[in-house]
Amino acid sequence: MGRRSKNKQGVPPSFDEFQARKEKKDAKRKRTEEAIAEKPAKKSKDINYAKSNDSKKTKSSKPKKNTKEEEKSEEPEDLPEVDYEELASAKKSLFDDSDEEAPEAEAEELDDEFDIGSDNDVEGDEFYDSDEDDRAKPMFSDDEDDMETLNAANMEALSRKLDEEEELEAEEAERELVEGATQPKAKILPTPEEEALLQKGPQDLTMVRTRMIEVVKVLENFKELAEEGKSRAEYTNRLLKDISEAMEFFEANEIARPITIRTNTLKTRRRDLAQTLVNRGVNLQPIGSWTKVGLQIFDSQVPIGATPEYLAGQYILQAASSFLPVMALDPQENERILDMAAAPGGKTTYISALMKNTGCVFANDANKARTKSLIANIHRLGCKNTIVCNYDAREFPKVIGGFDRILLDAPCSGTGVIAKDESVKVNRSEKDFIQIPHLQKQLLLSAIDSVDANSATGGVIVYSTCSVAVDENEAVVDYALRKRPNVKLVESGLQIGKEGFTSYRGKHFNPSISLTRRYYPHTYNVDGFYVAKFKKIAPSPHDISKAGAKEKESLARSEAEEEGIIHDDFAEFDEAEDKEIIDQTMKRNLKRKGINPSSVLNKNK
Amino acid sequence: MRPLTEEESKTVFTKLANYVGKNLVHLIDRPDEPYCFRLHKDRVYYVSESSMRLAISVARPNLVSLGTCFGKFTKSGKFKLHITSLDYLAQYAKYKIWIKPNGEMPFLYGNHVLKAHLGRITEDTPEHQGVVVFSMNDVPLGFGVTARSTIDTRKLDPTAIIVFHQADVGEYLRDEETLF
Repeated sequence: MGRRSKNKQGVPPSFDEFQARKEKKDAKRKRTEEAIAEKPAKKSKDINYAKSNDSKKTKSSKPKKNTKEEEKSEEPEDLPEVDYEELASAKKSLFDDSDEEAPEAEAEELDDEFDIGSDNDVEGDEFYDSDEDDRAKPMFSDDEDDMETLNAANMEALSRKLDEEEELEAEEAERELVEGATQPKAKILPTPEEEALLQKGPQDLTMVRTRMIEVVKVLENFKELAEEGKSRAEYTNRLLKDISEAMEFFEANEIARPITIRTNTLKTRRRDLAQTLVNRGVNLQPIGSWTKVGLQIFDSQVPIGATPEYLAGQYILQAASSFLPVMALDPQENERILDMAAAPGGKTTYISALMKNTGCVFANDANKARTKSLIANIHRLGCKNTIVCNYDAREFPKVIGGFDRILLDAPCSGTGVIAKDESVKVNRSEKDFIQIPHLQKQLLLSAIDSVDANSATGGVIVYSTCSVAVDENEAVVDYALRKRPNVKLVESGLQIGKEGFTSYRGKHFNPSISLTRRYYPHTYNVDGFYVAKFKKIAPSPHDISKAGAKEKESLARSEAEEEGIIHDDFAEFDEAEDKEIIDQTMKRNLKRKGINPSSVLNKNK
Repeated sequence: MRPLTEEESKTVFTKLANYVGKNLVHLIDRPDEPYCFRLHKDRVYYVSESSMRLAISVARPNLVSLGTCFGKFTKSGKFKLHITSLDYLAQYAKYKIWIKPNGEMPFLYGNHVLKAHLGRITEDTPEHQGVVVFSMNDVPLGFGVTARSTIDTRKLDPTAIIVFHQADVGEYLRDEETLF
C-alpha cells in the first residue's frame, strides 16, 4: 500500500454517520458563534484561534475509522520504532491543550488553521460535505509536497502528529459511544408514587403503549439500556403488568362465565329456591353482596333450564351483568316504564318483579320472532303488568311517550360477551362499528325524548350495552349529552364497576361520564358491560315533536343541508365602488401586457 | 284489541268456571284495580284497565301481547285455555290435585296423571271436573280434567289415569313457537 493511498478519498460514510456528523458540526458551529457573540470585544486572532480549535476538533472526528485503519496499516511499514512514552506525553499535552495550547507546538499548524477558520466562515451557510472537508485537511493535502521529501528528521514529528490525531479521534468516538448509550437511558419505569396512581384510575393508553415499547427495547439490550439500579425483573414485571390487563381480558373471553340465575321474587324467595334446587342436586351459592336475587350455579345433576321450578317460573337463567342496568334503573311501584329492546325478557321481568306487578311495563322489541321468547318468559314468570309491542324503538315518542323510566339495553356488537358468542370475533366488520353506534345514538335520543321530565318519581333513562367498545358506550353517551342539554348523568347506584373513560385516544368526553360504569369479564367475572344512568331535568322542544324515526331522519337531513348554505346575509355589495376597482385592475392588467389601456377600453365603449 | 262480545264472554266464562267455579267473580271484581278481558288476534287477554288504556296507543299490527293471555278462540269458535292462565287458575281453583315428585316429570312431558303419582286430591272432586295440578310443595304445574271422581279413584289400580292432561308448564319449552 502506497503512501498516496492516504490522499485518496475514503469510503463514503453511511447516511447515519453523515447525519450525526452534520448535526455535531452544526452544534459546534453554533457554539462557536455564541462564543463570538459573547465576547465581541476579543481580538480577532483569539476568535480565529478558538474557531480553529473547534474546527480542528471537528475535523479530527471526521476521518474516523477510515483514516484510522490506513494509519494503522502504515505504521509498521514506515515507523518500525516508535517511542511510546514520547507519544504518551505528546498525547497528554494534547489533552491539556484546549485554549492555552503551547504556542510553539501549534505554530506550524497555525497558518493552516487560519485558512480553515476562514474557510469555515465562508462555508458557514452552505451545505457541508464532509468528504470534501477531509480532503481539505491540512495534514494530507497541504503537506503533500513535504511527504515526498519525507526524511528521518521530520518523520517522527509527523508520525506523532498522526498519532495525536488518532488519539483525538478515539476520544471523540468514545464520547460518542457514551453519549449514544446514555441517551435512551431515560426513566421508563414509573416511581412507586406513580405506580399507586396507575392502580387507581383508567390509564392513558398511549402512555402505556410507549412504555411497553420502551421496556421491550430495554429488555432487548439490557446491559446498555437499563436504568441504573433496576433489575431485569423489575422491567419484566412492569411489562407483564401493562400487558396483563389485556391478556386477562382475552383469557377471560375464552372462559365461559358461571351460569347464574335470578330468583323471580313474584313467585318465591331466594332462600326457598336455593333449598329446593340443592335438594335436586344443584351446587349453588349467592352471586355476591351486590344482588339479593342472584344465584350462581357451579354444577348440577339436572338440566338447570328444565327443572319443574324453572318451568313454574321461579327463576330465570340470566347473566349477572344483566341485573346491573335494571338495578341502575331502580323501578318504583306504579310507574310507567319502557324497555326499548326487551327480548328475551330477562330485564323486563326483573323490572316487573321490582314493581311487584303494579304500574305498567312496555316491552318493545324490533324483532317479531324474538317477541315469542319474550312473551313466553313474561308469562312463565307471571308478569301481569306488561304490554308487548313490536316497533322500531326509534319511533317511540310517536307511539307513546311520557314514561317515568326507560331502559335502553341497546343492540351492540357484543364485544363484552365473546365468551358467550365466539362468532363476534369473526363476524364483525368495520361497517358494523359505524352502523351500530349510529343506531345506538338514535335510540338513545328517542329514549330521552320519550321520558317525562316532570315525573314525580323518575325521569330516568338507563343506557346499557354488552360491549366494551368506547364507540358504543362513552361516545354515544357524550353525543346524547351534547344533543340533549336537558339531561344529565347521575350516579348509577351500583356497588361495583369501573368508571367510564372521560378521554380515549385523543377524544375528550364530558367529564361527568366518569359517573357511568364499565364491567369487564376479567375483573368481576361478569360479561363485559356498560351502564349509564341519565336524569331528565327539563322538557325539551323535541318532546312536543311527535315525529317518528323517518320524519326525524329527514328533519335532521334538511337541517344539516340548510346549515351548509349561505344566504343573503353573507356580505353587502356596492356596485359603484366595485366598478371603480374593477376598472383599475383591468387597466393595470392591460398595462402589464404592454397595451395602452385607454385605447382598448375606449374602443370597447 | 276489542272487548269480548256477549257470546264470546259466555264461552270464556263457561270454560273458566269449569276450573274456578264461583271464584270467577273474583276475577271480574277485584279489590285492587279494575281488570278486563280483551280480545286481540283471536286471543283473550286479561289485563288491568289502566294498562289496557295505555295499550290503545299501540297500533294493532304492532301490539303483540298485553297483560296475561288466557287462551285463544279456535276457528270453530271454541275457547281453548292456555297454560299462561295457570297463575290465575291456580289462585282461584276449586279443585286441586297434588302429585308426588316422581310424577312431576312425566306430567311436565305432557302425560296424564296416573294413580301411582297421586299425592293428594281435593275431597269429593266429581268426574270430568277441571282441576289444577300442583307438585307436593304447592307449585302449580298445569291443569287437566279428572277421569274419575275422588271416590272412584280409590278402587283403581296404580297405572290407571286419574287426570287427563290439558296443559302443563312444560309447554313453555315445548310449544314456545306455537303457543304465542
